[in-house]
Order: sequence, then C-alpha cells, then structure tokens
Amino acid sequence: MSNLLDLLLAGLATGAIYAIVAVGFTLLWQTSQTINFAQGEFVMLPAFLVLAAMHAGAPFWFAILIGILLSLLLLGLGFKTLLVNPMLRHGVLPLAIATMALAIGIKEAVKQFFSAEASPFPSIVPAGDISFFGHPVSLQSIGVLALAILAVVGLTAFLNRTSVGHQMQAAAQNPTVARIIGVPVERMILLTFLINAFLVALASLLITPIYLAKFSSGEVLGQAAFIAAIVGGFNQVRGAIAGGLLIGVVDNLAAAYVSTQYRAAVPLILLIVIILFRPQGILGRAEERTI
Amino acid sequence: MKPGILASALLATVLTGTAFAQSGTPIKLADVAELSGGGATVGTNWKNGIDLAIEEINAKGGVLGSKLVVTHADSQSNPGVARAQVQKALDNEPYVLLGPGYSGSVKVTAPLAAEAGIAQIMGGEAAELTQGGNKFLFRTSFGQQSSMPKVAKYIHDEVKAKTVAIVWVNNDFGKGGRDVITKEFGRLGIKVAADISTEAGQADFAADVSKIKAAAPDAVFIYVNEEESARMLKELKRQSVTVPLIGETTLVGQKVVELAGDAANGARGHVGLTTDAPVELVKAFREKFVKKYNYVPDHNGIKGYLAIYMIKATTEKMGKVDPKAFADNLHGLTIKAANEPGILMDATFDQNGDIDRQGFLVEIVEGKQVIKQVLPKLN
Repeated sequence: MSNLLDLLLAGLATGAIYAIVAVGFTLLWQTSQTINFAQGEFVMLPAFLVLAAMHAGAPFWFAILIGILLSLLLLGLGFKTLLVNPMLRHGVLPLAIATMALAIGIKEAVKQFFSAEASPFPSIVPAGDISFFGHPVSLQSIGVLALAILAVVGLTAFLNRTSVGHQMQAAAQNPTVARIIGVPVERMILLTFLINAFLVALASLLITPIYLAKFSSGEVLGQAAFIAAIVGGFNQVRGAIAGGLLIGVVDNLAAAYVSTQYRAAVPLILLIVIILFRPQGILGRAEERTI
Repeated sequence: MKPGILASALLATVLTGTAFAQSGTPIKLADVAELSGGGATVGTNWKNGIDLAIEEINAKGGVLGSKLVVTHADSQSNPGVARAQVQKALDNEPYVLLGPGYSGSVKVTAPLAAEAGIAQIMGGEAAELTQGGNKFLFRTSFGQQSSMPKVAKYIHDEVKAKTVAIVWVNNDFGKGGRDVITKEFGRLGIKVAADISTEAGQADFAADVSKIKAAAPDAVFIYVNEEESARMLKELKRQSVTVPLIGETTLVGQKVVELAGDAANGARGHVGLTTDAPVELVKAFREKFVKKYNYVPDHNGIKGYLAIYMIKATTEKMGKVDPKAFADNLHGLTIKAANEPGILMDATFDQNGDIDRQGFLVEIVEGKQVIKQVLPKLN
C-alpha cells in the first residue's frame, strides 16, 4: 500500500510538471495554431540560463529571476517575433517543421556553449521528509506537486476570472469577432506566448533538480507533454492538466508493474486508444471544420 | 613490369611502410569517444586525460623522438556511430586506436581494429570484451570478471547482507556486470531480492526505487552509468532508502558526487582508479589535470591518461614505432611506475589484454571519496 502511495505521489509530481508543459502546448495551439515541437527544449533551456547566471556570480534566487526574464524574452517574445510570425503565414506544417529545427538548434547550442555533460541544479524545494499517516513522504515531491498545482490553478483563474483572460479566450475562439468588439488580438496572442515561456521556465526549475541539467533532457519531457496534451484534449487547458497528471501516474505504474523497458510504450498505447475512441481527447471539445 | 619501375615501386612501398619508424615523423593516434550523448562524462574525461598525457610527452620530446598527434571523433554514445567513426579512423592508418569507453561500442568496433591489425586501447569494462580471443584489444581498467567478485565478497563479508536488490542498466556494460555479480551472489549464498533493469539515459527512477522499497533488501547493488547513478542516488534519498548502497566505479566516481550532491554520501564501491588514491603519482596527476581543466577528473580521465603512457612504454620497449608489433609487445608487459611515472601504478597486461593493478574500496563521506581499503595487485 505504501509502495502504491509512493508511486502515485511520484507520478502526480512528475505528471504535474508534464501538465504545465502540456498547458503551454494547448495555449499556443488555441491562440495561434502553433504546434511547438521545441517545447521540451524550451523546458531544458531556462535551467541553463539560470546556471549561466550563477556561473557569472549571481546568487540562486537572483539567477532564477534572470532565467525567467530571459525565458520570457527568448522563448516568448523572440520565439513569436522571429519564428512564429514569419512562418505562420505559410501554414501550420511549415511552422511545425521550423519548431523541430529550432529544437535541434537549441540542443546543439547548449551542447556547444555550455557542455554535453549533465550538470547539477539546486532545488527550489527543500530536501527532507514529512510524515503522512506514519509514512515518510518526500518534501520535494509534495513541493513540486504543490507548486505545479498552484501554477495551473492560478492560470485557470487568470483565464476565467479576469478581463484579460476573457479577452485571451475570445481571441483564441474567434479572432475576427474579437477584433470587431475591440479585443487587441495581437497583444493577447503575444501574452499567450509569454505565459507559455513562464510555464516552461517554472517546469524547468521544478524538474531539473531531479533530471539534472542536460542538453538532451527536453526530449523526454517534450514527448510526454505532447502526448499528455493530445490525451487530455489539445484544445482545452483542463484537458492538458488531466492528460499530464494521467501520463505521469500511468508512466510510473507501468514502470513498476509492467516493465521498465516497455514503460515508454504505455503512454503511446494510451494515446492510440484515445485517438481511436475519443479523438478530441478525454476533456477536449470536438471541432468541426467546413471544407 | 620494367625493372626500374619495379624498383621504384618497391622503394615507395618500403618508404611508406617505414614512415612510422622515422624519428621526427609524428605518431598518429586516433581516438573515438563518447563526446556527446549519455556517455559524455565518460568520453570528455577520457579525451582530456589523453590530451594531458600527450601534451606532457611532447613537451619532453615525444616518443623515440617523434611527437604524438591525436584526432578525436565523437561516437555520440551510439555504437552505430562509433563503428563508422572507427572505420574512418582506421582508414587513416593510426599507430594505435584509442576508445571507445562504452562496452557496447567497443564490442562493435573491436573486430574492425583487429582486422586492420591495429591495437585498440579502450575504456570498456564488460567481462566478455577480452574473452573472445581478440589479440589487439587492451583494457585501461579492470574488467567485470576482476571487479565483481571483490564487490560481492565485500557485500558478504563486510556488509553481511543476506538479500540484495540489483539495479543495472540494460546495455552490454550493465548486463555483463549483472550476470557476473548474480553468479557471485549465488556462490556466496546471497539472495537477489529484486532484479531491476533500467534504461541508458533514464531520467525518472521513482518507480525503480519504489520496487526496491517493496523488496526490502539488506543492501542495494547499483550498476548504471554515472549520470543515471546520480539520478538514482537522488531518488533513493528522496524516498528515504537507508540501506547500504554499493556499486562499482560508476557509483562513486567524481562526476556522480558532483551531480548527486548530498545524496551520494554513504555510497560505497570498488574502484580500480580514483584520483583520491593514496598514491603520490596519482595525486600529482590530479593536480595537473585540475590545473589544466579546472575540475577533478573521474576514473575515465585517468584511463585516457594511462592509455597514452601504455603506448609510450610499449613503444620505448620495442625501440621502434611499429603498429603491427605493438599488440604482441604489450601482451605480458609489466610497466613499473618507477620506470614510467605516467603509468601511475605498476600494471601488468596479460595475454587477453586484461590489466592487473592494485584497486580500492571507497566510501563517499561528505562529498569526498574516502579510501577504506587498498586491494593489492595480484601478480
């Protein structure tokens, strides 16, 4: 029983990070039809920005601020202005391919300018255990889970309960009508990219102490979050959250009770089942298109 | 063919064939290592050790009056890429081939070097590598057939564990180690409570550690690569596993300590090479390495360094630069540190290319390797 509790908690903690990254996928898709295949590398990069700031002499907390600000600049504003804007007019597919190229570029740049080796990364959550019904539970797992949930709840509240959030949703659902009623659609889209940049930076701060900072660490994360977004529903933030948590738990249970070798296949099998029986995802909305 | 042309052809052949032997002609070495991918720690240390040794030797006039030059190629920690890179390196007719470090990559490249008749000095530790009759393959560290019995004996005699969980990486290196130590555990009456296979490059070990906790062993034997060792140690600490954690060099290496931080404290293991060894020449090597690269090398850095001094000692023993005779001369050779300080500790190479040298049992205490026991050279 305690073993199952450990697995569920570890799965939820990892899944919550997948959820944050998956939410970014859905936000970009909803507002600008961007499928960002560099999303995993977007999670990897902020950790190296923080490390670079620390190497330059900044204390950890200040390096985090620098890392987040640089992420907003590079992965939010820069990504939208330099890659998405020029490519989107050529269609979704060229843009998707361009993000694949970007993923390779980021990986190789980190490898060349930082290191191909893994580096340690300090945790923002203190080490240690707390007792949960007499069972020791890692403070780090709890902390990661709590921070991730806080981020997701905060984002949901922002989208549903603020005027800016409503404008973002309007811009995502029907940009033409949104423009007519005075919503600054372009600014809302930019805000979405900045939110995505913040989410990946947060995910980076949470996952890197566990996975270590390495140029290739985004591959696994990007794939898991992409599957989570599809499983949960690519066009719904709540779907991405559910998908992330589900993939995290399923992955851990599969590794423990099925096989470590086949663990990577289990989320993919889940993906196939979802596509066959509920193509819009668990909590997604079916979209119809007139041809 | 006219006699004049025949004579010219013969002369050209002789001149080409003896090009290696001419004093002053650079001696070409080719290195294929894991400079990126999962084994980047292994390959980078190995490469830096090689470069340091070559710099030292060349500064003192080279080997038999010839400078050493090396080309480094990246295997990307991928056996397929390693094979292609080794083939490319052999096409340039190196004196000796260096690397790779991963056993899987050594396995697929060794036949190429043997076919070319070029000696290959590598970092792989899988037991099977030197048991296939390849007369051109040489180790720079202990093979698993030498190290695993020592680890099993330590777990039995000192830790007094009756049950052990084995965690191993599912590649040639990990499977080789797992097979040898499982046999040793069987011989010593130690029960394997959990046999957990992991993947190279695996990032998340939460489920594996849960399995260990469920098995409740007296000790855990961990045999995965350096980065995965660090992640595993962090997860074991995160899930409050307190039983003894024992492994080999890849569990208690310098890089693992750097990556795992506090989580590495208490980990124990057998190491063939460590920069914390109570040996003056090793300490001097460490100082030189740190001065040049600004970090403390792990055992792979020492391996790369030793590989070059193995070449120097063997070549000087032969008195000529002869790639075809190199392997024969290294077999059975004992290199004494008193005569060749670059070899750091006395080493003997047997007919299989395996190495005999003193080893160490270490424990990580407050982020540092502490030598608990020195295991003497056998012969």
